[in-house]
Amino acid sequence: MKIIISKIFLGEYFVVVLFGLLLLFSRCFHFSFGSVAAKNFWLFFTEMIAFLPFMFLLIGIIDVWFPKEKVERHIGPESGIKGIFWVIILAMLQAGPLYGAFPVAYILWKKSCSIKNIFIYLGAFSTLKIPMLAFEIGFLGLKFSILRTLFTLPVFIVIGYLMEYYLKNRQFKINNP
Amino acid sequence: MFFLILITLIAIMVSFLADRQKTYKGLIKGMRMFLNILPVLLNMLVFVSILLYLVPNELIIRWLGKGSGFYGITIAALLGSISMIPGFIAFPLAGILRKGGVSYEVLAVFITTLMMVGVLTLPLESKYFGIKAALLRNGLSLAGAVIIGILIGLFM
Repeated sequence: MKIIISKIFLGEYFVVVLFGLLLLFSRCFHFSFGSVAAKNFWLFFTEMIAFLPFMFLLIGIIDVWFPKEKVERHIGPESGIKGIFWVIILAMLQAGPLYGAFPVAYILWKKSCSIKNIFIYLGAFSTLKIPMLAFEIGFLGLKFSILRTLFTLPVFIVIGYLMEYYLKNRQFKINNP
Repeated sequence: MFFLILITLIAIMVSFLADRQKTYKGLIKGMRMFLNILPVLLNMLVFVSILLYLVPNELIIRWLGKGSGFYGITIAALLGSISMIPGFIAFPLAGILRKGGVSYEVLAVFITTLMMVGVLTLPLESKYFGIKAALLRNGLSLAGAVIIGILIGLFM
């Protein structure tokens, strides 16, 4: 509770508070903004608040049961199907934005992972993270999620091959800035 | 939606039976993530509520709906490439846009470019991989996203 109150005063909820005041104001003066925007907001809000907490709980549970360290042990110079398989699994267990994957790419490079697999890792990281898939299924449906996964998988594997083909003889290296 | 809640409840139960301590840790972690994302989510809901009030529905459907074709894909690819929206916000947003009449095809391009293409993070990416590799990866990802979108459009 204390955290929430302090957050309101610190400004994280500032926009929401302002919006509420605006709604109150426009209701008093009978602007159409009040009723339409309020109806939109309430519709979205009730729909999300009903199951969003569940999704985060699921993500938390997945996080404690699938330690990334165990998968990381399988990552190495292996570049066949098995190598691709393990980098994709490792990527799926991660969370966060793409730029958070760059330092990991550097670590993979140090572990003498192939160029192809490093870029496959980046592709899988950006599009197939399990927390994201849970959200995708929740908001866009299982069919969309399955189809997008099926189409995306070959796309970033091909990107991995193309990157390796292009960079192989060009003294490519990954830096740690 | 209901399906996910069911899976969550089963996962929590199984996890609880297997290891109580671990389960608490996971639940606390999940709750903390939720509370962290909540203000950002509410802000997004406010902006979208206002935006949908200001922009007439027909306009959204014409530019981003089914049959918007080239224009819809281009707008989605541009927006997805230049913006930085975390997935926890992007998918709820996509769900709302879907109900507002935006086609799956457009949403697939938007989401894929959002996740794979980063114009704003290009300088950072270049520091790791070099400018050539970074440009190439982003370019290929952009092309890939359009292909994925078109395929989604054919099958959804």
